[in-house]
Amino acid sequence: MLDNNQLLRFTTAGSVDDGKSTLIGRLLYDSKSIFEDQLAAIENTSKKKGHDGVDLALFTDGLKDEREQGITIDVAYRYFTTPKRKFIIADTPGHIQYTRNMITGASTANVATILIDARHGVIEQTKRHAFIASLLQIPHIIVCINKMDLVDYSEDVYNDIIRQFEDISSKMLVTDVRFIPMSALNGDNVVNKSENMPWYQGAPMLHTLETMHISSDINKVDARFPVQTVLRPQREGFIDYRGYAGRVASGIFRKGDEVTVMPSGFTSKIKSIDTLDKELEEAYAPMSVSITLEDDIDISRGDMIVRSNNKPEASQDIEVMLCWLHNDSAKPRAKYSIRHTSNEQKAMIKEVVYKYDINTLERNSNDKDLKMNDISKVKIRTTKPLMIDSYRENRITGSIILVDDATNETVAAGMIV
Amino acid sequence: MSKYYLNYLDELESEAIYILREVWAQFQNPVILFSGGKDSILVAHLAKKAFYPAKIPFPFMHVDTGHNFPETIQFRDNIIKDLDAQLIVGSVQESIDDGRVAEEKGKNATRNALQITTLLDAIETNKVDCAIGGGRRDEEKARAKERFFSHRDDFGQWDPKNQRPELWNILNGKHFQGEHFRAFPISNWTEMDVWNYIKRENIAIPSLYFAHEREVVRRDGTWIPNSEFLILEEHEEVVTKKIRFRTLGDITITGGDESDADTLEKIAAEVAGMRNTERGNRSDDKRSESAMEDRKRQGYF
Repeated sequence: MLDNNQLLRFTTAGSVDDGKSTLIGRLLYDSKSIFEDQLAAIENTSKKKGHDGVDLALFTDGLKDEREQGITIDVAYRYFTTPKRKFIIADTPGHIQYTRNMITGASTANVATILIDARHGVIEQTKRHAFIASLLQIPHIIVCINKMDLVDYSEDVYNDIIRQFEDISSKMLVTDVRFIPMSALNGDNVVNKSENMPWYQGAPMLHTLETMHISSDINKVDARFPVQTVLRPQREGFIDYRGYAGRVASGIFRKGDEVTVMPSGFTSKIKSIDTLDKELEEAYAPMSVSITLEDDIDISRGDMIVRSNNKPEASQDIEVMLCWLHNDSAKPRAKYSIRHTSNEQKAMIKEVVYKYDINTLERNSNDKDLKMNDISKVKIRTTKPLMIDSYRENRITGSIILVDDATNETVAAGMIV
Repeated sequence: MSKYYLNYLDELESEAIYILREVWAQFQNPVILFSGGKDSILVAHLAKKAFYPAKIPFPFMHVDTGHNFPETIQFRDNIIKDLDAQLIVGSVQESIDDGRVAEEKGKNATRNALQITTLLDAIETNKVDCAIGGGRRDEEKARAKERFFSHRDDFGQWDPKNQRPELWNILNGKHFQGEHFRAFPISNWTEMDVWNYIKRENIAIPSLYFAHEREVVRRDGTWIPNSEFLILEEHEEVVTKKIRFRTLGDITITGGDESDADTLEKIAAEVAGMRNTERGNRSDDKRSESAMEDRKRQGYF
C-alpha cells in the first residue's frame, strides 16, 4: 500500500435474493481478500447444505440466527484492501423492517451501492434504497444492475432500467450516479471486465471504487471543532497547558486564526495545534488534535470552536428529518436527551409536520405517530441552543440523535433541514 | 489531488483517538484491557496520542490466566513502568482457588473460557463502567457485528440482536448502575493495517512476534509451544523450530508458524502474503462455528 492511499466506506443494501451477498463475496474473492481457511469452511458448509460449488453468499454470514434464517439483520462490517485503496463495506439488510439498520450503515458512507435485479427492473425496494441514499446525502451512488446473465446480457434491458431509475432519482437530491451492468454470480464487471457485454464502455465495479474522487466528500469550507474534552496535564513542562481535544468536523484551522467559541461568543486566536508527534501549522477534517488558544477562556465539552468569520447558527428550534429507530414509539410531547456533536441537551418533539410513506415516498400530513423505521419531518425545541449547520452542508454538525432517558436507548436519528 | 485529505492509516488513527476521548468524556471509571498482545499494545499507543501532553488517564487491566508466555508478562511490566500507569490484575488462578470456576479437564483443556468469570469479577470489584478492548471486526464473524460502544447488561452479557444503532460519529454510552460498556477503538483496523501502523510508528512489541528458536510440538496442524502446562501424547515429539506467533493467547492454545521474519518489515511482508486467517491457529475459536459469539454473549473480550 502506498502512503497516500485513502479509505473509502461504502454501503450495500439488499437481501440474499438480490444477489447482495454474492456480490460482496465476489468482490472479496476476486480481489483475493478471502483466506484459505475461510474458503474451506464455506466449501464445507456449501456441501452440507447441498449447494453446487461454493456458495459465495456464505461469506457474509454473521450471527447464529442470521445463518439459520439466511438473512442479514444487523449491519456487518467487512474489509478489503487493494493496491489502490482500503475499503470498508457496511453490509446492511434491504427489507423495509430494517430501514433503521440501512440508515445506520449509510450514515458514514462515501458511496451507496444499490442492487437491481435486471429481470425485475426498478421496484419499490429500489426506490426506498435510493431515497435513503439521498436522505443521508451519500455523495456517490453506484447502481449495480445485476443478474444480466439472466436477461441475455441485453443492452436494451440495461438502458431501460437506467431510464426507470432516472425517473425516480430526478425527484431526489442525488448528484453522482453511475450504472454498471453485471453478473455477480459469474463475475462479470465486478472485478474483471465482462466479455459478455462489449457494448458497456464503463469500468467494472472495483475499478470504479478504486478511482472515484472522494477527497471532496468532506466539507473543507466551514471550520468546525467540537470540543470533546479539555487536556490539563499538570506535569512538568506543561503546568499551564490547557488544550482542547477534538476531531475537526469540517474545514481547516491554522495557527493564528481568529476563532470564536460557541455558544459563549468569546473570541481568541489559535496559539498552537498539538499532537504527540509534532506541533502542526494547520489541521483539517477529520484530524484529531489538541488546540490551545492565546487567551484563557472558559471552554468545556459541548462547546464548539469555529472561525470568527464563518459561524454556524445557534438555535433552540430546529427542523429535522427524523428516523425513528426504536420499538417504543415516540411519546407525545415527551422529553428526550438530544446529542449533537459533543453537546448534550434536553429536547422535546413539538410537532410532526409530515411523515413519508416509505414505499410510495409520498408525504402524509395526517399520520403523526413516530414508529420504528418511520421517517418524518419534525420540529424540535431544545433547552439550550445547539450550534447547527444544515445536514446538506455538513454531515457532522448537521446530525443529531435522541436518547430516551428512561431506558438510555438511542431512539431516533435526525438530519437538520 | 488536494493535499487536504488523510491517508487510510491516519484516518484510522484519528478515528481511534476520537473514540478514546469519547470514552474518557462519557464514563467515570474506564480501563484499558491489556493482554500484552499487539492489539492491546496498539490501543495503549493510541491512548498516549489521544491524551498528550497529559498522561493516559486510564488504568490497565490484565486478566491473568496463569498460562502465560513469560515474555508477555515481562513486556507488560515494562510498558506499565514506561507509561507510569496503574495495573489491575484479575487472576484466573484466584477464581479457581475461590471455587468461582472449575478447571477444564482433558488433553486440550484451557483456561480460555474461565477468563470470562475473572474478567467480570474484576470489572465489578473495581467498579469499571467501560472496558476498552483491542477487538477488531475483521477478526471473526461475531466481532464483525460489534459497535464502537458496546453495551453489557448487569450480568456482563452482550445482546447482539438488540444493539444500539451508531450513526455518524455520535456515540451513546449512557448506562445504569451495574451495567458497563466495552469500547473498541480499533474496530475498523485489519491485521494488515495493524502491522503497517506498528511498522510506521516503530512500536515495541513482544519478541514472540518475531521469528525465534523454540521447543514446539506438532498438534492439529500447528506448532504448539512446549511448556509446563502441556500434556504430551505418546506419539508427540518435542522439536526445536524457528517459529513466530501471529497472535498471542495463552501458551496452551496459541500455535506458531515456521518463519524467518525477524524484523517488522519482514513480518509485514509475510502477513501480506498469508493465505490463512489470523485466528486460524487459535483452538479456542475452533470449538464450534459460533464459539466466539457464544463466549462474547457471556461477557468475553
